[in-house]
Amino acid sequence: MDKRIGEVILSFQNISLSFGGVKALTSIGFDVREHEIRAIIGPNGAGKSSMLNVINGVYHPQEGEIVFRGKTRRNMNTYESAKSGIARTFQNIALFKGMSVLDNIMTGRNLKMRSNFLLDAIYWGPAQREEIAHRKKVEEVIDFLEIQHIRKTPVGRLPYGLQKRVELGRALAAEPSILLLDEPMAGMNVEEKQDMCRFILDVNDQLGTTIVLIEHDMGVVMDISDRVVVLDYGKKIADGTPDEVRANQDVIDAYLGVAH
Amino acid sequence: MSVANALLEEPRLDTFPRLLLHHARVRGERPATREKDLGIWQTWTWSQQAEEVRALACGLAELGFKRGDHLAIIGDNRPRLYWAMAAAQALGGVPVPLYQDAVAAEMAFVLQDAEIRFAIVEDQEQVDKMLEVMGQCPALSHILYDDTRGLRHYIQTELQSLDEVMEMGRIHDRERPEFLDGEIARGEPGDISVMLYTSGTTGRPKGVCQTHFSFITAAKSGCEFDHLGPQDSILSYLPMAWVGDHLFSYAQATVAGFTINCPESGDTVITDLREIGPTYYFAPPRVFENLLTTVMIRMEDASAVKRGMFEYFMAVARRCGAEILDGKPGVSAIDRLLYGLGNILIYGPLRNVLGMSRIRVAYTAGAAIGPDLFRFYRSIGINLKQLYGSTETCAAVCLQPDGEIKFDSVGKPAPGVEVKIAGNGEVLVRGQMLLREYYKLPADTAEAIDSEGYFHTGDAGFFDEDGHLKIIDRAKDVGKTESGALFAPNYIENKLKFFSFIKEAVAFGQGRPMVCAFINIDMGAVGNWAERRNISYSGYTDLAQKPEVYELIRGCIEKANAELAEDPVLSGSQVHRFLILHKELDPDDDELTRTRKVRRGFVAEKYAVLIAALYSGKASQFIETQVKFEDGRSGMVSAELLIMDARIFPAQKKAA
Repeated sequence: MDKRIGEVILSFQNISLSFGGVKALTSIGFDVREHEIRAIIGPNGAGKSSMLNVINGVYHPQEGEIVFRGKTRRNMNTYESAKSGIARTFQNIALFKGMSVLDNIMTGRNLKMRSNFLLDAIYWGPAQREEIAHRKKVEEVIDFLEIQHIRKTPVGRLPYGLQKRVELGRALAAEPSILLLDEPMAGMNVEEKQDMCRFILDVNDQLGTTIVLIEHDMGVVMDISDRVVVLDYGKKIADGTPDEVRANQDVIDAYLGVAH
Repeated sequence: MSVANALLEEPRLDTFPRLLLHHARVRGERPATREKDLGIWQTWTWSQQAEEVRALACGLAELGFKRGDHLAIIGDNRPRLYWAMAAAQALGGVPVPLYQDAVAAEMAFVLQDAEIRFAIVEDQEQVDKMLEVMGQCPALSHILYDDTRGLRHYIQTELQSLDEVMEMGRIHDRERPEFLDGEIARGEPGDISVMLYTSGTTGRPKGVCQTHFSFITAAKSGCEFDHLGPQDSILSYLPMAWVGDHLFSYAQATVAGFTINCPESGDTVITDLREIGPTYYFAPPRVFENLLTTVMIRMEDASAVKRGMFEYFMAVARRCGAEILDGKPGVSAIDRLLYGLGNILIYGPLRNVLGMSRIRVAYTAGAAIGPDLFRFYRSIGINLKQLYGSTETCAAVCLQPDGEIKFDSVGKPAPGVEVKIAGNGEVLVRGQMLLREYYKLPADTAEAIDSEGYFHTGDAGFFDEDGHLKIIDRAKDVGKTESGALFAPNYIENKLKFFSFIKEAVAFGQGRPMVCAFINIDMGAVGNWAERRNISYSGYTDLAQKPEVYELIRGCIEKANAELAEDPVLSGSQVHRFLILHKELDPDDDELTRTRKVRRGFVAEKYAVLIAALYSGKASQFIETQVKFEDGRSGMVSAELLIMDARIFPAQKKAA
């Protein structure tokens, strides 16, 4: 491997999150290095999505510290995290069904739009130049994900696998430095999974994007991740390379069950 | 400009590189190639294209590509891959385009056979295939790729990006500007211009060597035949390794100087077609059929008013559209008026939706086209025609002249082409567009081209009373019935398959007293038909044996018989008796090839008991067959099959 995995850019210490009496996360700590593919796995209800929501500031943990790009804080907030280059996709697709693929991906450029709405309204001068620049970026994403043929198709008419790809496209349009993927391969057939894997690896390799992904499909995770963290009932039970995790007895017990 | 100098001294336009320079000189600012990239059509003019080809050729020369070398070209229709052909030709080399969707092992054969040292490929997918077969192809030393995506971490020394090679070429060209002009001047029209491999359905693929002279001759005659010129444009979306694409997108484009348009990707062809609106178009029948199906489905969902208008005017078009297109007399003034109105309300918008508003000439070939399908396109004013040819004949043997269109003929011999029918019915062709040889296969060459210079096509056919060639079958499949009447199984089967209810047909008759047939019904079409008539059924086997379905199929067969009766040569091939098979013929059961062609011999053997029943006059026959399911298990299907007679029409003698 000649991948240039860099320094730690995001780390968590003792993160605990509870909803009333339900403890979603208990003293979780792990880190994410630049340019790596970091997977979070675990059985249903292990707290994977909660962890992702902590990362981009949807949930604020009651305890613990987050260090992001050298700055220590109690929690992230959504606007700030988006602004600083964290983009995500969702477990249940959250696209605008009636809008075309192109327009959906264009919404990913939202934070980068500068010109004022009056100029936008008459599509003049800087507004026009900006629109063209954004469109170019969006077209690059479309080319990257090979979805030229559905550019103008309303998203609601597309099959599930393609919708997932469009959602990835919208996240990419924000030119993120960290990409959070919540079960990018759920509900896909084998071919769609293979495509998605290739796109994730390409994003990581070509654009250098750091990727944090949650996935159920163990095979996929082990194939594409650099490091894996395993959660079970809100606790971290393993952390390491795919091979280390695969050999870990706690992980085997959590996945296969254990005789009491 | 040095490009032009060589030409002024030597105005011979008898090789493709010289033609390219000619266009760069006389129509330098006209578009030569377009490609949709990042959603926008990019254009290269002829002079830009000539510069790109120069850079590419010089880069190749720098890497050691020499006169006589073969250059493999693998990928979708990309401008740079077309330019690579010209670049190889400019250096006196031979481009060898390969089918881009072939798996690595299939490519290995061609790479070995053609002793490929240099390959220009489109992207990572193709690079991976090349790397996979490198062990088997020791000669392969340079793999040049167009799209760099995903290839950054490849460390193999054989790999290089085309950008780098072209940059090297530009430097080389600046230092030695006379080099390439000299190489182009050394080219002779008798040199091999391209090597196209046959598909190899009948054995291993053979490299067909064509010269500049033969392809330029074929392209010229086609261009003159259809009055193609620099104002025309074509969408290039069929595999570059196929002779048709080489003729239309490369040879004719370079001869006539028209524009080729490369689609954004394989999935966007329909959209790109609409955006470009080509004036010249080629597609196999399958594509025309899919387009029509899309239209019909959308019409079903349209409002009642629109649907009514569509149906009314399509009836008008069926009545007189094709005649008006052909300029035939005898169309009433009222029909002309209605057709004119229909043109404004329906046909025009429909052509626009299909991306065919500007089409002057469209061709189809490669398989038999259904008469209804063919008439549909012609009746809405699209000049769709058929042609006949093969890799060995530059795809230019017969063409249908404007105004003389018949759905069941492939037209008249192209200018300069001699066609004659051998004693066994085989079509023989002689002309300047014939192949020079099969690469390294002198025995095959000698077998294919006889002492008089006729090429044996392997197709059986005959000329009708208007001098149109009619292809009926592969020559080896054609036989005679017991009474000596010509029996062409494929021809009969195709005729039957044009009915939407019939999916597959197998005709028997070789050396037998009459022609009989097995039928596979089309589950979708017949199922739909049955539903509308409240005929209940449990599955294919049940549906196939319904008496109503038998009546339906008998109707189709009798219609086909009536048409066969009109043809003096084929009237003896009418289907006397038929049965509907209890299972669909399937490649998994070895009854069809992977390309869905019937394996006649195998089917005849497997169902010998049914054939015996057909000829013994029985009214039904019990059969039990083993079938393989998709998950690999096998089971038995059994049924009592009905056998039915069809009406036979007396042969008609047409007044010549």
